[in-house]
Amino acid sequence: MNLKTIVGIGVYVAVLIAASIWVGQQAYGWLPPQASAESMLIDDLFSLFSAIGTFILLGITGLVLYTVFTQSVSRFDTSDGPHMEGNVKLEIFWTAVPLLLVFFLAAYSYQTYQQMAVRGPMDLVHLHHMPGTTPTAYAADLEPEPVEEVEVYAKQWAWSFRYPDTGVVSADLHLPVNKRVRLLMTADDVIHGFYVPAFRLKQDILPKRTTEFEFTPVREGIYRLNDSQFSGTYFAIMTANVVVESPDSYRQWLARAAAQPAVPAENPAYSEYTNKRLKRFGGWKTIAPAPPPLVNALAER
Amino acid sequence: MTNVPVEGIAIPEVAHPEPQNNWRKYFSFSTDHKVIGIQYLVTSFVFFLIGGLLSMVIRAELITPQADLIDRTLYNSMFTMHGTIMIFLWIFPSLVGLANYLVPLMIGARDMAFPRLNAAAFWMVPVFGILLMTSYFLPAGTAQAGWWSYPPVSTQNPTDSVITGEFVWILAVAISGVSSIMGAVNFVTTIVRMRAPGMTFFRMPVYVWTVFSAQIIQLAALPALTAGAIMLLFDVAAGTAFFNPDKGGNPVLFQHFFWFYSHPAVYVMVLPIFGVFSEIFPVYSRKPLFGYRVVAVSSLLITTVSVLVWVHHMYASGTPGWMRMLFMATTMLVAVPTGIKVFAWVATIWKGKLRLNTPMLFCLGALIMFVFAGITGVMLASVPIDIHVNNTYFVVGHFHYIVYGTITMGMFAAIYHWFPKMTGRMYYEGLGKLHFALAFIGVNLNFFPMHPLGLQGMLRRVSSYEPEYAFWNVVASIGAFLLGMSTIPFILNMVGAWVQGKPAPDNPWRAIGLEWLVSSPPPVENFEELPVVVSGPYGYGKSDPLVENAAALKEG
Ligand code: HEM
Ligand SMILES: [Cu+2]
Ligand SMILES: [Cu+2]
Repeated sequence: MNLKTIVGIGVYVAVLIAASIWVGQQAYGWLPPQASAESMLIDDLFSLFSAIGTFILLGITGLVLYTVFTQSVSRFDTSDGPHMEGNVKLEIFWTAVPLLLVFFLAAYSYQTYQQMAVRGPMDLVHLHHMPGTTPTAYAADLEPEPVEEVEVYAKQWAWSFRYPDTGVVSADLHLPVNKRVRLLMTADDVIHGFYVPAFRLKQDILPKRTTEFEFTPVREGIYRLNDSQFSGTYFAIMTANVVVESPDSYRQWLARAAAQPAVPAENPAYSEYTNKRLKRFGGWKTIAPAPPPLVNALAER
Repeated sequence: MTNVPVEGIAIPEVAHPEPQNNWRKYFSFSTDHKVIGIQYLVTSFVFFLIGGLLSMVIRAELITPQADLIDRTLYNSMFTMHGTIMIFLWIFPSLVGLANYLVPLMIGARDMAFPRLNAAAFWMVPVFGILLMTSYFLPAGTAQAGWWSYPPVSTQNPTDSVITGEFVWILAVAISGVSSIMGAVNFVTTIVRMRAPGMTFFRMPVYVWTVFSAQIIQLAALPALTAGAIMLLFDVAAGTAFFNPDKGGNPVLFQHFFWFYSHPAVYVMVLPIFGVFSEIFPVYSRKPLFGYRVVAVSSLLITTVSVLVWVHHMYASGTPGWMRMLFMATTMLVAVPTGIKVFAWVATIWKGKLRLNTPMLFCLGALIMFVFAGITGVMLASVPIDIHVNNTYFVVGHFHYIVYGTITMGMFAAIYHWFPKMTGRMYYEGLGKLHFALAFIGVNLNFFPMHPLGLQGMLRRVSSYEPEYAFWNVVASIGAFLLGMSTIPFILNMVGAWVQGKPAPDNPWRAIGLEWLVSSPPPVENFEELPVVVSGPYGYGKSDPLVENAAALKEG
């Protein structure tokens, strides 16, 4: 290799690194607000993957484009390229590097996963009992044990949330900020999925089984809960709000709700089902929505 | 050969008599692997167009946030049928068709090992395709549970009748499985037993290696899907409770059955396309395939690892942590043999003499899009990231970069490249390049926006969505319509060139490989005398002969 090549490679790699770091920074902006403790960890991981991915994608695209623009020949050129069959050193190199990179990414993901477990064990996992679990910086200002338990009911096609201590049933999920929450989730009919993009958390809810799920909301606001597992005709409108609020207003809300009588919740799937005007092309028979849940606290929009 | 088949007359000396040698042979129960190959390709392309039309309806619905174009039940059936058709009636059959055409020629065989089995396997494709389409006329319409057909959604039945869309769907998938198993037995036997003298494993083209690796997956993993489908059929039609939680069944069990096959299935689809890249890059760079042996063997490595990763589709299904970690590790490992191939292709074109014909353009475009899909794939393998983006449009974007950006584009590359061999005519280069340009822009406009949408949390399979997702959805829909248009120059090209294209020489690309030694199109029995292979498949830049008896191979 002559000096010119070495400088060329150096410049190329420097540009790639700069671009990768920039994309890694941008990656945070592609995601919803960070509303749970877990979301920060996931975003850091995603940013790292994006940076490394950018390096690889631009690196390879650059080489290909360079070849295309410098090595194309006319269709009348019938000569052959150099007869290069391989290069053992190079091949070992490009096997070893991805192997190491993959080990690194898997280990890093594993570590992130463990830290998430510390802050709110994922269902059935209880990784915090595993050896080598490290507490994280965020963990310090969070309460270690779950302070709130909420029962989550999913059905075709509505959510409802029951607070066992008070017996309150709500159409919105209210949570106090900075306290770990444990959800006890069940479904009657099909598989649904608990998914709040702002929390970056997702867990399937299996029918006739209780699925436990824990996490820690850290930012006040109203977020959207979606059903993440395709659950039939009105799947798309099976949403609910998650209201994360200060412990004070949370307690006030619970007290206010406890004083309300239980009434049928508003249910978009049900109203769409009964509204014949909405039947357009298709209009096939469908499973009828389950009756709307009876709730003390109606949804706020 | 002296006994050229004459129209309407069966010639006794030929082992598999051909009834006609005109267009009619494509509508007959021909046992010629080349006829069957083209039958597969054309049939699957028709279904590609049908599946494409359904996707246009989906994208038209999603151009606005409200569900205002079609009813939600129809929407659900649209994405279910789109996915099913694209996988079971486009990718699989078109790849089998290409392999049917090429493998015997490339290994110097006169036909597949079991020609009748081969024809029977093909004819099952239109049968189950039509069966699937008839479900549009059932009272409750087609299946609506997505191409995964997860119970209990798939076992719910709002009608009184047993013959539902779901019932027909399961039947069609089961027949497709039987057809694929028949094909797999045939391919594996052919490659193991029918190679020409001197065609050792390490003289086989990489394409043959990849078909071999892919078909082994079919043999190993397809029985799981078939078993799952049959159990589901019993649940749907006979009220058994394998997967029914009301009666103590376990719906997650179905997910294991399904993904134990359907994950490896993605390698069944993509491996032969890796083979296509490995054939095309050397020809149009006029250089040997870089690191041939490693590229060949890495296909078998992918086969091995691929059956150990299926749970990455089920991270959110209550899968315990240790299992999530285990499958994260195995999934990421697939990146290594795949990476080896990518680097080898880049090294192959490096310092080459590049000819940017249509097949080469498709391969270059597909290579870049494949790298992008590989990167998002490793992200999806990482459990914490997957927990966020699983079941969102991020996944849809990722797999469309594979199924369209890589596999479908690679399939087009293959069709253009071998078109002169198959038909004896040259395609029109200008139309081919137009097709490439529209498709490349279309794919990226269509499927790139799905990544930001998924990161923001837009779920897949929704018929309506929050207004904040509108911008990227409009871009995606425009891309989809462009992509739909991109097939028009392709159809014009294929039909036009086949009917009145310039006659093709035997080896228009000056390629190396047994298929280029015979005439275009090849004679019925492929080789007058079996080739005696004396060197490897990528001797560009070297003047070694490929076979000992080149002159005797074709009819004079
Ligand atoms: C014009 C080209 C195409 C467009 C516009 C398109 C668009 C779409 C859309 C919008 C979905 C729905 C995603 C969801 O909500 O789940 C989808 C799903 C899917 N597509 Fe495509 N697609 C195209 C081509 C293809 C091709 C070529 C294949 C395979 C060879 C394919 C395979 C699938 C599969 C397997 C699904 C999943 C269906 C499901 O979720 O049940 N698509 N596509
Ligand atoms: Cu649901
Ligand atoms: Cu998979």
